[in-house]
Amino acid sequence: MSVLDLFLNLDIMRQAFGFLLQGLGVTLVLCAAVVPTAALAGLAIAVLAALRRRWLTRALIVYVDVLRALPPLVLLIFVYNAPPFMGYKISEFSAVLIALTLNGSSYYGEIFRAGVESIGRGSWEAARSTGLTWAQTMAWVILPQAVRNVLPDLISNSLEVVKLTSLASVVALHELMYAARSAQQVTFNYSPLVLAVFMYFVILWPFVRLLSRLEHQKIAAH
Amino acid sequence: MDRFLDTFFNLEVMARYLPKILSGMLVTTYLGIGVVVSGLAAGLVLAVIRSFGVRPLNALIVLVVDMLRTVPPLVLIVLFFYGLPAAGVPLDGLGSTWLALSLVLAAFAEEIYWAGILSVSKGQWEAARSTGLGFLTTLIWVILPQAIRLAIPPLTNRTIAITKNTALGQVVAVQEILYQAYSGLSFSYNPSPLTLGALAYLILFVPVVIAGRWIETRFSWKR
Amino acid sequence: MNTAAAILDVRALHKSFGAVEVLRGIDFKLRERELVFIIGPSGSGKSTFLRCCNRLEEPSSGSIHVDGIDLLAPATDINAVRRKIGMVFQSFNLYPHMTALGNVTLALRLSLKKPRAEADDIGRAALAQVGLADMAKRYPNELSGGQQQRVAIARALALEPRIVLFDEPTSALDPELVGSVLKVMHNLRDGGMTMLVVSHELGFAREAADRVVFMEGGVIVEQGPPEQIFAAPTQTRTRAFVARLAARS
Repeated sequence: MSVLDLFLNLDIMRQAFGFLLQGLGVTLVLCAAVVPTAALAGLAIAVLAALRRRWLTRALIVYVDVLRALPPLVLLIFVYNAPPFMGYKISEFSAVLIALTLNGSSYYGEIFRAGVESIGRGSWEAARSTGLTWAQTMAWVILPQAVRNVLPDLISNSLEVVKLTSLASVVALHELMYAARSAQQVTFNYSPLVLAVFMYFVILWPFVRLLSRLEHQKIAAH
Repeated sequence: MDRFLDTFFNLEVMARYLPKILSGMLVTTYLGIGVVVSGLAAGLVLAVIRSFGVRPLNALIVLVVDMLRTVPPLVLIVLFFYGLPAAGVPLDGLGSTWLALSLVLAAFAEEIYWAGILSVSKGQWEAARSTGLGFLTTLIWVILPQAIRLAIPPLTNRTIAITKNTALGQVVAVQEILYQAYSGLSFSYNPSPLTLGALAYLILFVPVVIAGRWIETRFSWKR
Repeated sequence: MNTAAAILDVRALHKSFGAVEVLRGIDFKLRERELVFIIGPSGSGKSTFLRCCNRLEEPSSGSIHVDGIDLLAPATDINAVRRKIGMVFQSFNLYPHMTALGNVTLALRLSLKKPRAEADDIGRAALAQVGLADMAKRYPNELSGGQQQRVAIARALALEPRIVLFDEPTSALDPELVGSVLKVMHNLRDGGMTMLVVSHELGFAREAADRVVFMEGGVIVEQGPPEQIFAAPTQTRTRAFVARLAARS
């Protein structure tokens, strides 16, 4: 069997395509669920951190550092396998959702926090001196600027979440990678995996190019 | 509450699997270091090649780099592990994981180095070239030291993220922490080994995350 | 009439950037030991002309000979020729990650392959020549603008060039620091260095330049001794420009 047959077999790819497409659907549903939730949680973390309450900030730092130090797969395996020992059943989808949201919230939290901190005192002072409350200043003056500043990092992290959904295959959730693996095992051929690689590429590539351009602007603006 | 502690923090079970977790930590560590060294070095080489400005070569580099940045590492690891031996390259779980993660890190690193090289001011090139220094000499002695300095903050973040992916090796039976922890869970019907494994990761990576933050702030100075 | 050989010989130099022709035919000779000043409004092409002389800009057509060597010939080793031509930039362009001595000796070590000890000696001598012997181990960000520019001059001098090109060397400096750089340039000239200077420092031109060239719209409008250009120019355009310049200072 030639390398071409093993990895780029168009017949097998065509057969597996529909199946993989279904998996992709699950992937996208996962993303739609995880990204907004994790991002919102991250935003909440940043806003809470901006309150500058000693114990609160410390707790948040611990939360963020622990979740950033723990590999997402470990978190997932834990969340999926632990409940049964306590007598609860948890679905694959819920386990993935919880694990990825927890993981994502820590990264988004760091990103938003850095964004908020990069807005100088001047903006705060100007807004407060016109009588806006802390909350109003945060919502209308600080956050809009902060988000614009960290847009590249936000996009980059969202890309990571899309790629992280592939972990769900480990707990047998039928997303894109699981579909590709199943097809591989059935056909004894690796083309479905290669097809999955192309599908991830097609979906994510526009964002990766956008990200490159934003990253260049950011470093150049130093 | 007791039941919770007994289930997740069963000291007897933890003690039984501690040696395996420790050896897992060793594997995680040297796999991580291996990935960081080869990934960062390969990324630098790619960026240097790109600066020569050979159009078709650069288009190829950009394409490959973009593919490596969009593919989930797990897919790549599995593809290498099952596919490469069939294609005649005998690679075990450890090798596949190292290769896949190094390639992914190299791709991200290349983009970051490249952005750094581009933002070193043109005047530096002109000054060096006007004293008669050649292209490669200028690149290595004048441009790269400045470019790498600029690249360190984003590189640190990305490197840490990718080394944590060593846990993915579990899927292809690399005997790192998660693998040991999960087999412990399977064999003892108790999740305490998993708790121990999670703790092992924290012990390894929380210092790394903190060190990373320190590096980022230190290298964000002047300019 | 100075009969010394022409170190720089430019003929029919044209340079276009895309559709815009910036140099429309420059003929120019620079003799040994001459200090020639180039003045003109912005956009006149003076910087572009200077940068063509060490091929930082590629001429569109014409010829440039430096010390007898054809600068534009494909066979010419451009790196070797550039070592004979020193260049000082408006924004200094010192290497921020190296000390002053490091900046000065880099090309000596890597291009001329001199051993470190010898390179350091030459470097220190060059720094002493510009009055900065005691700043050898300082980094650029620890030096004032004037000091940085003097290090940049030392960097050019260390290679013992036949001619030094100056591209608005004092334009980026605070007024108090300009004097220190002009003093170094004066000493250089007294030592017999051939210099081509693009600058607005008219006072310096009046007392140190052998010849002043007025450029406008990509051509040399008039050239002659400073007394002629500043006091009695033959061209109306020259007169108008000099008047504007004098009014501003």
